[in-house]
Amino acid sequence: MKEIVIISGKGGTGKTSITASLAKVANTEAVAADCDVDAADMHLLLQPDFAYSEDFYSGVIAQIDQEKCIKCGKCKDVCRFKAISIINKQYVVAPLDCEGCGYCAQICPRDAISTPHQNVGNWYISSTRLDMPLVHARLGIGAENSGKLVAKVKNEAKALAKEKNIPFLLVDGSPGIGCPVISSLSGADFVVFVTEPTVSGLHDLQRVYELIAQFKLPAGCIINKADLNIEKTKLIKQFMQQYQIYELDDINYDEKFSEAVTNGYTAAEIDKEYEEKFKNIWKKIKKIVLEKK
Amino acid sequence: MVDLDVEEPNSGLFVKGKLEETNPVYKMVPVWEKDKCTFCGNCQKVCNFNAVIQLHTQVLVFPKLCHSCYACSELCPTDALPMKPEKIGEIKTFHQDNLTFLESCLNIGQEMAVQVIAHTNKILEKDYQGQLIIIDAPPGTSCPVIEAVKDTDFVLLAAEPTPFGLHDLKLAVDTMRKLKKDFAVIINRFGLGNDKIWEYCQRQNIEILAKIPNSRTAAELYSHGKLIYKQIPQVKQEVLKIANKIRQLSGEPK
Repeated sequence: MKEIVIISGKGGTGKTSITASLAKVANTEAVAADCDVDAADMHLLLQPDFAYSEDFYSGVIAQIDQEKCIKCGKCKDVCRFKAISIINKQYVVAPLDCEGCGYCAQICPRDAISTPHQNVGNWYISSTRLDMPLVHARLGIGAENSGKLVAKVKNEAKALAKEKNIPFLLVDGSPGIGCPVISSLSGADFVVFVTEPTVSGLHDLQRVYELIAQFKLPAGCIINKADLNIEKTKLIKQFMQQYQIYELDDINYDEKFSEAVTNGYTAAEIDKEYEEKFKNIWKKIKKIVLEKK
Repeated sequence: MVDLDVEEPNSGLFVKGKLEETNPVYKMVPVWEKDKCTFCGNCQKVCNFNAVIQLHTQVLVFPKLCHSCYACSELCPTDALPMKPEKIGEIKTFHQDNLTFLESCLNIGQEMAVQVIAHTNKILEKDYQGQLIIIDAPPGTSCPVIEAVKDTDFVLLAAEPTPFGLHDLKLAVDTMRKLKKDFAVIINRFGLGNDKIWEYCQRQNIEILAKIPNSRTAAELYSHGKLIYKQIPQVKQEVLKIANKIRQLSGEPK
Protein backbone atom coordinates (compact mmCIF):
# COMPACT_ATOMS: atom_id res chain seq x y z
CA MET A 1 0.00 0.00 0.00
CA LYS A 2 1.34 3.44 -0.97
CA GLU A 3 0.68 6.58 0.97
CA ILE A 4 0.23 9.92 -0.80
CA VAL A 5 0.02 13.06 1.32
CA ILE A 6 -1.32 16.35 -0.03
CA ILE A 7 -0.15 19.53 1.68
CA SER A 8 -0.13 23.24 0.97
CA GLY A 9 1.72 25.16 3.64
CA LYS A 10 -1.23 27.49 4.00
CA GLY A 11 -4.98 27.55 3.61
CA GLY A 12 -6.85 28.93 0.62
CA THR A 13 -4.79 27.25 -2.09
CA GLY A 14 -7.49 24.70 -2.89
CA LYS A 15 -5.79 21.75 -1.22
CA THR A 16 -8.93 20.11 0.11
CA SER A 17 -10.93 20.61 -3.13
CA ILE A 18 -8.06 19.10 -5.10
CA THR A 19 -7.68 16.19 -2.67
CA ALA A 20 -11.41 15.48 -2.91
CA SER A 21 -11.23 15.66 -6.70
CA LEU A 22 -8.37 13.16 -6.70
CA ALA A 23 -10.43 10.99 -4.36
CA LYS A 24 -13.29 11.13 -6.84
CA VAL A 25 -11.15 9.90 -9.76
CA ALA A 26 -9.14 7.41 -7.65
CA ASN A 27 -12.47 5.88 -6.75
CA THR A 28 -12.07 2.34 -5.35
CA GLU A 29 -8.26 2.46 -5.60
CA ALA A 30 -7.79 4.49 -2.44
CA VAL A 31 -8.80 5.09 1.14
CA ALA A 32 -9.08 8.78 1.98
CA ALA A 33 -7.80 10.18 5.28
CA ASP A 34 -8.51 13.73 6.43
CA CYS A 35 -5.48 14.65 8.54
CA ASP A 36 -6.27 18.36 8.64
CA VAL A 37 -7.88 17.61 12.00
CA ASP A 38 -7.86 21.24 13.12
CA ALA A 39 -10.20 22.27 10.35
CA ALA A 40 -11.36 19.02 8.79
CA ASP A 41 -13.35 19.94 5.67
CA MET A 42 -13.24 16.89 3.41
CA HIS A 43 -16.46 15.57 4.87
CA LEU A 44 -18.33 18.56 3.43
CA LEU A 45 -17.65 17.20 -0.06
CA LEU A 46 -17.63 13.45 0.58
CA GLN A 47 -20.65 13.28 2.93
CA PRO A 48 -19.45 10.51 5.21
CA ASP A 49 -21.95 8.51 7.27
CA PHE A 50 -19.87 8.52 10.51
CA ALA A 51 -20.63 4.78 10.69
CA TYR A 52 -17.87 4.00 13.16
CA SER A 53 -16.89 6.49 15.86
CA GLU A 54 -14.43 6.34 18.72
CA ASP A 55 -13.32 8.81 21.37
CA PHE A 56 -9.68 9.81 21.26
CA TYR A 57 -7.84 10.17 24.52
CA SER A 58 -4.42 11.74 24.62
CA GLY A 59 -2.37 13.83 26.97
CA VAL A 60 -3.26 14.64 30.54
CA ILE A 61 -4.43 17.65 32.52
CA ALA A 62 -3.68 18.10 36.19
CA GLN A 63 -6.52 18.11 38.73
CA ILE A 64 -6.11 19.11 42.35
CA ASP A 65 -8.10 17.28 45.02
CA GLN A 66 -9.00 20.11 47.42
CA GLU A 67 -9.66 17.66 50.28
CA LYS A 68 -6.08 16.41 50.16
CA CYS A 69 -4.38 19.74 49.32
CA ILE A 70 -2.37 21.24 52.20
CA LYS A 71 -1.74 24.48 50.26
CA CYS A 72 2.06 24.19 50.37
CA GLY A 73 2.25 25.88 46.94
CA LYS A 74 4.92 23.57 45.55
CA CYS A 75 2.82 22.76 42.47
CA LYS A 76 2.45 26.43 41.64
CA ASP A 77 6.20 26.99 42.12
CA VAL A 78 7.29 24.27 39.70
CA CYS A 79 4.73 24.91 36.97
CA ARG A 80 6.53 26.55 34.03
CA PHE A 81 3.24 27.23 32.26
CA LYS A 82 1.61 29.42 34.93
CA ALA A 83 -1.31 27.01 34.87
CA ILE A 84 -1.83 26.96 38.64
CA SER A 85 -3.22 29.96 40.46
CA ILE A 86 -4.85 30.71 43.80
CA ILE A 87 -8.57 31.38 43.51
CA ASN A 88 -10.62 31.83 46.70
CA LYS A 89 -7.67 30.54 48.73
CA GLN A 90 -7.59 27.31 46.71
CA TYR A 91 -4.93 26.12 44.28
CA VAL A 92 -6.65 25.66 40.92
CA VAL A 93 -5.46 24.43 37.50
CA ALA A 94 -6.43 26.37 34.36
CA PRO A 95 -7.01 23.54 31.86
CA LEU A 96 -6.19 25.58 28.76
CA ASP A 97 -2.82 26.59 30.20
CA CYS A 98 -1.89 23.15 31.56
CA GLU A 99 0.69 21.52 29.30
CA GLY A 100 0.14 18.07 30.81
CA CYS A 101 3.73 17.57 31.94
CA GLY A 102 2.67 16.17 35.32
CA TYR A 103 5.52 17.84 37.21
CA CYS A 104 3.08 19.19 39.81
CA ALA A 105 1.71 15.69 40.46
CA GLN A 106 5.25 14.37 40.90
CA ILE A 107 6.19 17.01 43.43
CA CYS A 108 2.97 17.12 45.50
CA PRO A 109 3.80 15.84 48.99
CA ARG A 110 0.21 14.64 49.58
CA ASP A 111 -0.54 12.99 46.23
CA ALA A 112 -3.35 15.47 45.86
CA ILE A 113 -2.87 15.95 42.12
CA SER A 114 -4.15 13.45 39.59
CA THR A 115 -3.51 13.57 35.85
CA PRO A 116 -6.43 11.95 34.00
CA HIS A 117 -6.18 11.42 30.24
CA GLN A 118 -8.18 13.87 28.20
CA ASN A 119 -10.77 13.20 25.57
CA VAL A 120 -9.36 15.53 22.89
CA GLY A 121 -11.63 14.55 20.03
CA ASN A 122 -13.25 11.78 18.03
CA TRP A 123 -12.23 9.81 14.99
CA TYR A 124 -14.44 8.05 12.46
CA ILE A 125 -14.48 5.46 9.71
CA SER A 126 -17.16 6.31 7.17
CA SER A 127 -18.62 5.24 3.90
CA THR A 128 -18.99 8.23 1.62
CA ARG A 129 -21.18 9.20 -1.30
CA LEU A 130 -18.17 8.30 -3.46
CA ASP A 131 -17.04 4.70 -3.53
CA MET A 132 -14.12 5.17 -1.19
CA PRO A 133 -14.09 5.01 2.58
CA LEU A 134 -12.96 8.04 4.59
CA VAL A 135 -11.13 8.05 7.90
CA HIS A 136 -11.50 11.40 9.59
CA ALA A 137 -11.53 13.13 12.96
CA ARG A 138 -12.76 16.05 14.94
CA LEU A 139 -10.39 17.72 17.36
CA GLY A 140 -11.93 19.29 20.44
CA ILE A 141 -11.82 23.07 20.66
CA GLY A 142 -8.46 24.26 21.96
CA ALA A 143 -7.23 20.69 22.35
CA GLU A 144 -3.57 19.77 22.43
CA ASN A 145 -2.04 16.79 20.70
CA SER A 146 -3.41 17.34 17.23
CA GLY A 147 -0.24 15.61 16.00
CA LYS A 148 -1.22 12.46 17.84
CA LEU A 149 -4.76 12.53 16.46
CA VAL A 150 -3.27 12.91 12.96
CA ALA A 151 -1.13 9.82 13.59
CA LYS A 152 -4.20 7.94 14.81
CA VAL A 153 -6.26 8.82 11.71
CA LYS A 154 -3.41 7.76 9.45
CA ASN A 155 -2.78 4.49 11.21
CA GLU A 156 -6.45 3.58 11.15
CA ALA A 157 -6.69 4.46 7.45
CA LYS A 158 -3.62 2.31 6.76
CA ALA A 159 -5.09 -0.61 8.64
CA LEU A 160 -8.34 -0.25 6.69
CA ALA A 161 -6.50 -0.15 3.34
CA LYS A 162 -4.57 -3.29 4.26
CA GLU A 163 -7.66 -5.10 5.45
CA LYS A 164 -9.62 -4.31 2.29
CA ASN A 165 -6.60 -4.73 0.03
CA ILE A 166 -6.86 -1.17 -1.30
CA PRO A 167 -3.57 -0.08 -2.93
CA PHE A 168 -3.45 3.66 -2.10
CA LEU A 169 -3.93 5.96 0.83
CA LEU A 170 -4.85 9.55 -0.04
CA VAL A 171 -4.13 11.89 2.85
CA ASP A 172 -5.36 15.48 3.15
CA GLY A 173 -2.48 16.87 5.23
CA SER A 174 -2.36 19.65 7.80
CA PRO A 175 -1.17 23.18 7.11
CA GLY A 176 2.07 24.70 8.38
CA ILE A 177 5.41 23.10 9.21
CA GLY A 178 4.84 22.22 12.90
CA CYS A 179 3.77 19.12 14.78
CA PRO A 180 0.55 18.17 12.90
CA VAL A 181 2.15 18.34 9.46
CA ILE A 182 5.27 16.49 10.62
CA SER A 183 2.90 13.82 11.87
CA SER A 184 1.01 13.84 8.52
CA LEU A 185 4.26 13.30 6.61
CA SER A 186 5.77 10.49 8.63
CA GLY A 187 5.52 7.25 6.69
CA ALA A 188 4.50 8.90 3.40
CA ASP A 189 5.65 7.54 0.02
CA PHE A 190 4.93 10.67 -1.98
CA VAL A 191 4.04 14.26 -1.20
CA VAL A 192 1.87 16.48 -3.40
CA PHE A 193 2.17 20.24 -2.87
CA VAL A 194 -0.77 22.35 -3.83
CA THR A 195 0.46 25.88 -4.28
CA GLU A 196 -0.56 29.10 -5.97
CA PRO A 197 1.57 31.62 -7.87
CA THR A 198 1.55 34.33 -5.20
CA VAL A 199 4.27 35.80 -3.02
CA SER A 200 3.01 33.77 -0.07
CA GLY A 201 2.50 30.60 -2.14
CA LEU A 202 6.12 30.59 -3.25
CA HIS A 203 7.39 31.47 0.23
CA ASP A 204 5.37 28.68 1.88
CA LEU A 205 6.40 26.18 -0.77
CA GLN A 206 10.07 26.89 -0.09
CA ARG A 207 9.60 26.47 3.66
CA VAL A 208 7.55 23.31 3.44
CA TYR A 209 9.96 21.88 0.85
CA GLU A 210 12.82 22.25 3.31
CA LEU A 211 10.81 20.13 5.72
CA ILE A 212 10.17 17.46 3.06
CA ALA A 213 13.87 17.46 2.24
CA GLN A 214 14.62 16.62 5.88
CA PHE A 215 12.32 13.61 5.48
CA LYS A 216 13.94 12.79 2.11
CA LEU A 217 10.54 12.31 0.48
CA PRO A 218 9.85 12.49 -3.25
CA ALA A 219 7.38 15.24 -4.13
CA GLY A 220 5.25 16.64 -6.92
CA CYS A 221 3.45 19.92 -7.32
CA ILE A 222 0.10 21.16 -8.60
CA ILE A 223 -0.03 24.91 -9.24
CA ASN A 224 -3.55 26.12 -8.66
CA LYS A 225 -4.73 29.44 -10.15
CA ALA A 226 -1.62 29.23 -12.38
CA ASP A 227 -2.68 32.01 -14.76
CA LEU A 228 -3.14 34.51 -11.94
CA ASN A 229 0.52 35.47 -12.07
CA ILE A 230 2.49 33.94 -14.90
CA GLU A 231 5.78 35.32 -13.65
CA LYS A 232 5.35 33.64 -10.24
CA THR A 233 4.23 30.40 -11.90
CA LYS A 234 7.54 30.45 -13.79
CA LEU A 235 9.45 31.00 -10.56
CA ILE A 236 7.66 28.07 -8.93
CA LYS A 237 8.51 25.87 -11.91
CA GLN A 238 12.15 26.91 -11.71
CA PHE A 239 12.14 26.02 -8.05
CA MET A 240 10.56 22.65 -8.87
CA GLN A 241 13.19 21.89 -11.48
CA GLN A 242 16.02 22.88 -9.22
CA TYR A 243 14.87 20.50 -6.49
CA GLN A 244 13.54 17.71 -8.70
CA ILE A 245 9.94 18.17 -7.71
CA TYR A 246 7.65 16.52 -10.27
CA GLU A 247 5.46 18.90 -12.25
CA LEU A 248 2.02 17.31 -11.95
CA ASP A 249 -0.24 19.91 -13.54
CA ASP A 250 -1.42 23.52 -13.61
CA ILE A 251 -4.98 24.55 -12.94
CA ASN A 252 -6.13 28.00 -14.02
CA TYR A 253 -8.00 30.49 -11.87
CA ASP A 254 -11.63 29.47 -12.11
CA GLU A 255 -14.52 30.38 -9.87
CA LYS A 256 -16.23 27.17 -10.96
CA PHE A 257 -14.04 25.55 -8.30
CA SER A 258 -15.68 27.53 -5.50
CA GLU A 259 -19.07 27.04 -7.15
CA ALA A 260 -18.60 23.27 -7.11
CA VAL A 261 -17.64 23.37 -3.42
CA THR A 262 -20.61 25.62 -2.64
CA ASN A 263 -22.89 23.02 -4.17
CA GLY A 264 -21.16 20.20 -2.31
CA TYR A 265 -19.32 18.70 -5.27
CA THR A 266 -15.70 18.16 -6.20
CA ALA A 267 -14.39 19.98 -9.27
CA ALA A 268 -13.94 16.62 -11.00
CA GLU A 269 -17.72 16.14 -10.95
CA ILE A 270 -18.93 19.38 -12.48
CA ASP A 271 -16.97 19.39 -15.68
CA LYS A 272 -15.73 16.69 -18.09
CA GLU A 273 -12.55 18.66 -18.71
CA TYR A 274 -11.72 18.74 -15.00
CA GLU A 275 -12.54 15.08 -14.67
CA GLU A 276 -9.99 14.29 -17.40
CA LYS A 277 -7.47 16.62 -15.80
CA PHE A 278 -7.68 14.95 -12.42
CA LYS A 279 -7.65 11.48 -13.98
CA ASN A 280 -4.36 12.41 -15.64
CA ILE A 281 -2.88 13.81 -12.44
CA TRP A 282 -3.88 10.66 -10.58
CA LYS A 283 -2.32 8.50 -13.32
CA LYS A 284 0.91 10.49 -13.10
CA ILE A 285 1.04 10.18 -9.32
CA LYS A 286 0.44 6.43 -9.44
CA LYS A 287 3.14 5.97 -12.07
CA ILE A 288 5.75 7.89 -10.04
CA VAL A 289 4.86 6.16 -6.79
CA LEU A 290 4.84 2.66 -8.26
CA GLU A 291 8.17 3.21 -10.04
CA LYS A 292 9.84 4.34 -6.83
CA LYS A 293 11.14 1.65 -4.59
CA MET B 1 2.02 44.73 13.87
CA VAL B 2 3.08 41.21 14.74
CA ASP B 3 3.08 38.05 12.63
CA LEU B 4 2.43 35.15 15.00
CA ASP B 5 1.68 32.66 12.22
CA VAL B 6 5.13 31.32 13.07
CA GLU B 7 4.91 28.22 10.88
CA GLU B 8 4.25 30.23 7.72
CA PRO B 9 4.82 33.93 8.44
CA ASN B 10 3.59 35.85 5.38
CA SER B 11 2.74 39.36 6.62
CA GLY B 12 6.31 40.37 5.90
CA LEU B 13 5.72 39.82 2.20
CA PHE B 14 3.35 42.78 2.27
CA VAL B 15 4.71 44.96 5.06
CA LYS B 16 8.35 44.99 5.86
CA GLY B 17 10.40 48.15 6.30
CA LYS B 18 13.96 48.34 7.53
CA LEU B 19 15.32 45.40 9.52
CA GLU B 20 16.43 46.72 12.90
CA GLU B 21 17.28 43.58 14.79
CA THR B 22 17.04 39.79 14.80
CA ASN B 23 16.66 37.97 18.08
CA PRO B 24 16.87 34.22 18.51
CA VAL B 25 14.13 32.30 20.35
CA TYR B 26 15.37 29.53 22.56
CA LYS B 27 13.66 26.78 24.42
CA MET B 28 15.25 25.09 27.40
CA VAL B 29 16.01 21.41 27.02
CA PRO B 30 17.85 18.96 29.28
CA VAL B 31 21.36 17.93 28.35
CA TRP B 32 22.63 14.62 29.72
CA GLU B 33 25.84 14.63 31.72
CA LYS B 34 27.11 11.10 31.67
CA ASP B 35 29.60 11.42 34.54
CA LYS B 36 26.91 12.46 37.02
CA CYS B 37 24.27 9.92 35.98
CA THR B 38 23.46 6.97 38.23
CA PHE B 39 20.93 5.43 35.81
CA CYS B 40 18.16 5.54 38.39
CA GLY B 41 15.55 5.89 35.63
CA ASN B 42 13.67 8.75 37.27
CA CYS B 43 14.00 11.10 34.29
CA GLN B 44 12.31 8.70 31.93
CA LYS B 45 9.63 8.00 34.50
CA VAL B 46 8.66 11.64 35.04
CA CYS B 47 8.69 12.70 31.38
CA ASN B 48 5.15 12.67 29.97
CA PHE B 49 6.31 13.37 26.43
CA ASN B 50 8.74 10.50 25.82
CA ALA B 51 11.49 13.07 25.36
CA VAL B 52 13.91 11.31 27.75
CA ILE B 53 14.65 7.63 27.28
CA GLN B 54 17.07 5.62 29.40
CA LEU B 55 18.98 2.82 27.72
CA HIS B 56 21.51 0.47 29.37
CA THR B 57 24.52 2.71 29.02
CA GLN B 58 23.07 6.06 28.12
CA VAL B 59 20.20 8.48 28.46
CA LEU B 60 18.79 9.83 25.20
CA VAL B 61 17.15 13.25 25.06
CA PHE B 62 14.87 14.14 22.13
CA PRO B 63 14.83 17.96 22.22
CA LYS B 64 12.02 18.28 19.65
CA LEU B 65 9.63 16.38 21.90
CA CYS B 66 10.59 18.34 25.01
CA HIS B 67 8.00 20.79 26.43
CA SER B 68 10.55 22.46 28.75
CA CYS B 69 8.71 21.53 31.95
CA TYR B 70 12.00 20.99 33.87
CA ALA B 71 10.65 17.89 35.68
CA CYS B 72 13.44 15.51 34.59
CA SER B 73 16.09 18.11 35.29
CA GLU B 74 14.93 19.29 38.71
CA LEU B 75 13.89 15.86 39.95
CA CYS B 76 17.20 14.25 38.96
CA PRO B 77 18.87 13.28 42.25
CA THR B 78 22.39 13.92 40.90
CA ASP B 79 21.77 16.97 38.67
CA ALA B 80 22.78 14.98 35.62
CA LEU B 81 20.28 16.75 33.31
CA PRO B 82 20.95 20.50 33.47
CA MET B 83 18.69 22.63 31.22
CA LYS B 84 20.40 24.41 28.33
CA PRO B 85 18.99 26.65 25.61
CA GLU B 86 18.30 25.36 22.10
CA LYS B 87 17.39 27.73 19.26
CA ILE B 88 13.94 27.00 17.81
CA GLY B 89 13.13 30.21 15.97
CA GLU B 90 13.74 33.93 15.66
CA ILE B 91 12.02 37.27 15.88
CA LYS B 92 12.86 40.02 13.42
CA THR B 93 12.00 43.62 14.15
CA PHE B 94 11.36 46.02 11.26
CA HIS B 95 10.50 49.71 11.10
CA GLN B 96 8.52 51.42 8.38
CA ASP B 97 7.53 55.06 8.96
CA ASN B 98 5.87 54.93 12.39
CA LEU B 99 4.98 51.23 12.19
CA THR B 100 6.93 48.59 14.06
CA PHE B 101 6.63 45.13 12.56
CA LEU B 102 7.67 41.97 14.40
CA GLU B 103 8.01 38.76 12.43
CA SER B 104 8.08 35.66 14.57
CA CYS B 105 9.30 32.51 12.86
CA LEU B 106 9.64 28.83 13.78
CA ASN B 107 12.75 27.03 12.52
CA ILE B 108 11.98 24.33 9.97
CA GLY B 109 11.98 20.87 11.53
CA GLN B 110 10.96 22.22 14.93
CA GLU B 111 7.52 21.20 16.18
CA MET B 112 6.82 23.58 19.06
CA ALA B 113 5.16 26.57 17.43
CA VAL B 114 3.55 27.45 20.76
CA GLN B 115 6.85 28.13 22.47
CA VAL B 116 7.87 30.67 19.80
CA ILE B 117 4.47 32.38 20.04
CA ALA B 118 4.63 32.47 23.85
CA HIS B 119 8.12 34.00 23.75
CA THR B 120 6.94 36.69 21.32
CA ASN B 121 3.97 37.44 23.57
CA LYS B 122 6.36 38.01 26.47
CA ILE B 123 8.29 40.56 24.41
CA LEU B 124 5.03 42.33 23.51
CA GLU B 125 4.07 42.51 27.15
CA LYS B 126 7.46 43.82 28.20
CA ASP B 127 8.39 46.25 25.40
CA TYR B 128 5.15 47.33 23.74
CA GLN B 129 2.72 47.74 26.59
CA GLY B 130 0.05 50.39 26.08
CA GLN B 131 0.56 50.42 22.31
CA LEU B 132 -1.95 49.27 19.72
CA ILE B 133 -0.92 45.79 18.58
CA ILE B 134 -2.35 44.02 15.52
CA ILE B 135 -1.58 40.30 15.37
CA ASP B 136 -1.69 38.00 12.34
CA ALA B 137 -2.65 34.74 14.07
CA PRO B 138 -2.10 31.15 12.94
CA PRO B 139 -5.00 29.12 11.48
CA GLY B 140 -7.00 26.37 13.16
CA THR B 141 -8.44 25.87 16.63
CA SER B 142 -5.65 24.14 18.55
CA CYS B 143 -2.77 25.24 20.75
CA PRO B 144 -0.99 27.76 18.45
CA VAL B 145 -4.20 29.81 17.94
CA ILE B 146 -5.03 29.74 21.63
CA GLU B 147 -1.54 30.98 22.51
CA ALA B 148 -1.73 33.75 19.90
CA VAL B 149 -5.11 35.17 20.96
CA LYS B 150 -4.80 34.55 24.70
CA ASP B 151 -3.73 38.05 25.70
CA THR B 152 -5.73 39.98 23.10
CA ASP B 153 -8.67 42.33 23.68
CA PHE B 154 -10.53 41.72 20.44
CA VAL B 155 -10.43 39.11 17.68
CA LEU B 156 -11.31 39.55 14.01
CA LEU B 157 -12.29 36.34 12.25
CA ALA B 158 -11.73 36.35 8.49
CA ALA B 159 -13.87 33.89 6.54
CA GLU B 160 -14.89 33.07 2.98
CA PRO B 161 -18.59 32.64 2.13
CA THR B 162 -18.21 28.99 1.06
CA PRO B 163 -19.14 25.78 2.94
CA PHE B 164 -15.47 25.35 3.93
CA GLY B 165 -15.33 28.93 5.13
CA LEU B 166 -18.54 28.60 7.14
CA HIS B 167 -17.50 25.31 8.71
CA ASP B 168 -14.12 26.69 9.79
CA LEU B 169 -15.73 29.93 10.99
CA LYS B 170 -18.09 27.98 13.27
CA LEU B 171 -15.09 26.23 14.82
CA ALA B 172 -13.32 29.56 15.25
CA VAL B 173 -16.41 31.10 16.88
CA ASP B 174 -16.65 28.16 19.30
CA THR B 175 -12.98 28.62 20.15
CA MET B 176 -13.36 32.36 20.81
CA ARG B 177 -16.45 31.77 22.94
CA LYS B 178 -14.59 29.18 24.97
CA LEU B 179 -11.79 31.71 25.49
CA LYS B 180 -14.43 34.35 26.35
CA LYS B 181 -13.11 36.73 23.69
CA ASP B 182 -14.99 39.55 22.01
CA PHE B 183 -14.93 39.10 18.26
CA ALA B 184 -16.39 40.14 14.91
CA VAL B 185 -16.34 38.66 11.42
CA ILE B 186 -14.82 39.94 8.19
CA ILE B 187 -16.16 38.24 5.07
CA ASN B 188 -13.43 37.96 2.48
CA ARG B 189 -14.14 37.27 -1.21
CA PHE B 190 -17.69 38.46 -0.67
CA GLY B 191 -19.89 37.56 -3.65
CA LEU B 192 -18.46 34.07 -3.94
CA GLY B 193 -20.39 31.03 -2.73
CA ASN B 194 -23.69 31.67 -0.92
CA ASP B 195 -25.40 33.64 1.88
CA LYS B 196 -25.09 30.97 4.55
CA ILE B 197 -22.31 32.77 6.41
CA TRP B 198 -24.42 35.91 6.63
CA GLU B 199 -27.41 33.89 7.87
CA TYR B 200 -25.25 32.18 10.46
CA CYS B 201 -23.90 35.48 11.79
CA GLN B 202 -27.43 36.93 11.98
CA ARG B 203 -28.69 33.91 13.87
CA GLN B 204 -25.76 33.94 16.26
CA ASN B 205 -25.88 37.69 16.67
CA ILE B 206 -22.31 38.11 15.44
CA GLU B 207 -21.25 41.45 14.01
CA ILE B 208 -20.06 41.42 10.39
CA LEU B 209 -17.58 44.23 10.33
CA ALA B 210 -16.70 44.30 6.64
CA LYS B 211 -17.28 42.52 3.36
CA ILE B 212 -14.24 42.50 1.10
CA PRO B 213 -15.55 42.04 -2.45
CA ASN B 214 -14.31 39.08 -4.49
CA SER B 215 -12.44 39.87 -7.69
CA ARG B 216 -9.78 38.39 -9.85
CA THR B 217 -7.96 41.74 -9.78
CA ALA B 218 -7.67 41.47 -5.99
CA ALA B 219 -6.22 37.96 -6.34
CA GLU B 220 -3.73 39.22 -8.92
CA LEU B 221 -2.63 42.16 -6.75
CA TYR B 222 -2.18 39.79 -3.82
CA SER B 223 -0.13 37.42 -5.96
CA HIS B 224 2.37 40.24 -6.60
CA GLY B 225 2.60 41.10 -2.92
CA LYS B 226 0.69 44.38 -3.36
CA LEU B 227 -1.72 45.82 -0.84
CA ILE B 228 -5.15 45.44 -2.39
CA TYR B 229 -6.87 48.36 -0.68
CA LYS B 230 -4.55 50.85 -2.36
CA GLN B 231 -5.83 49.91 -5.82
CA ILE B 232 -9.47 48.91 -5.38
CA PRO B 233 -11.69 51.63 -3.85
CA GLN B 234 -14.42 49.17 -2.77
CA VAL B 235 -11.83 47.24 -0.81
CA LYS B 236 -10.44 50.40 0.72
CA GLN B 237 -13.90 51.38 1.89
CA GLU B 238 -14.24 48.04 3.73
CA VAL B 239 -10.72 48.14 5.17
CA LEU B 240 -11.46 51.61 6.55
CA LYS B 241 -14.45 50.16 8.41
CA ILE B 242 -12.10 47.69 10.08
CA ALA B 243 -9.58 50.42 10.84
CA ASN B 244 -12.32 52.56 12.40
CA LYS B 245 -13.43 49.68 14.59
CA ILE B 246 -9.87 49.16 15.78
CA ARG B 247 -9.48 52.89 16.53
CA GLN B 248 -12.73 52.85 18.43
CA LEU B 249 -11.66 49.81 20.45
CA SER B 250 -8.32 51.35 21.29
CA GLY B 251 -10.03 54.52 22.48
CA GLU B 252 -8.89 56.80 19.68
CA PRO B 253 -11.37 59.21 18.07
CA LYS B 254 -12.71 58.17 14.64
